[in-house]
Amino acid sequence: MKLGAMKPQRRNRLLLILGLVGGLGLALTFVLKALNSNINLFYTPVQVIAGEVPMGARVRAGGMVEAGSIRRSDGSLEVAFIVSDLAGAAFEIRYTGILPDLFREGQGVVATGTLSQDGVFFAEEILAKHDEKYMPPEVAMALDATRQDPLQP
Amino acid sequence: MWRWFHQWGSPKFFYHRSGVLIPVLALASGLILGAGVFWGLLIAPADYQQGESVRIMYVHVPAAILAQSSYAMMAVMALISLIWRLKIADAAVQTVAPIGACITLLALATGSLWGKPMWGTYWVWDARLTSTLILFFLFAGVLALRNAAGQSQTAGRAASVLAVIGLLNLPIIKYSVDWWFTLHQPASFTLTDRPAMPFSMWGPLLMMVVGFYAWFFLAWLIRLRHELVKRERRSDWVQQMMKQ
Repeated sequence: MKLGAMKPQRRNRLLLILGLVGGLGLALTFVLKALNSNINLFYTPVQVIAGEVPMGARVRAGGMVEAGSIRRSDGSLEVAFIVSDLAGAAFEIRYTGILPDLFREGQGVVATGTLSQDGVFFAEEILAKHDEKYMPPEVAMALDATRQDPLQP
Repeated sequence: MWRWFHQWGSPKFFYHRSGVLIPVLALASGLILGAGVFWGLLIAPADYQQGESVRIMYVHVPAAILAQSSYAMMAVMALISLIWRLKIADAAVQTVAPIGACITLLALATGSLWGKPMWGTYWVWDARLTSTLILFFLFAGVLALRNAAGQSQTAGRAASVLAVIGLLNLPIIKYSVDWWFTLHQPASFTLTDRPAMPFSMWGPLLMMVVGFYAWFFLAWLIRLRHELVKRERRSDWVQQMMKQ
């Protein structure tokens, strides 16, 4: 379909709509770019370490629970663990309460709470992040045994 | 090709020719959805982390896919209605909006039910969830505008303009999980990589997606035919049909 073959009235309407959508799209792109950090749900370990997180304010921070870092206290629901970005940056989270079912080592978590002066994040709520991989339990067990991921050859 | 386009743009031609599709779509959606539910809820395996809750996926994912593609279809119809002033395209926009709104609500509700046991919360204002909620408001907005001012032509145009502009939300929904840090996981299916789940899971999922589409076109077609008869009630062909 060539634009020239269209009736001028229809062509003008098409161009008007395309212009409108294009212009709004451009404006929206700039708005989203400007709001980028506000749209992110949580601060990453790098941002926490770099001091980008306002002290004492209620914020969300997240990362992967480091293997072997979970310390539970006897007789209470208090738990402390390290979250990292698997690339060097890490910080400690302390939390008292019931953890979601998916909480475990190597799992992504998003914590809501406040960062203290000494860099420890005191969480009021812990959310577990689920990744995009799905598999039956047998496959996961076999995978644990051989340490090979069948989904990523 | 233009002849074909013009023929199907005529409410009379469309009404008489599209009737045969109804039993076909009804049978297809019934069988496919039935088999998909059976396969997904009873035969497919549980997940190694999510357990049985993974089965919510068999409703949530098809609903979310359909919510977005039905919006795209509505916007295409709105564009045709704005440029070529085809009456049938305007009726198509009006009749698909409530279906799309319901499907989006279904995607939001099932996602929320999955979120509570898995994430630990029903709702979080991350980019994916928020943009999908906006999709619901867009459907609702198009519907409200279309039915405003006594179904006038102006209302139809305003609704169509909103529908076309709302297209901008679709790439935001799609890429929200890649552009920003969200609680929602990224896509398990891409065009380039192998699916991040075995066939025993994506098989029933694909079947449910196909079934949802069949049901969607069935619901749309029934509503559209009904709307066309209502709008053309004074025309000769409807009068003749009613006498028979």
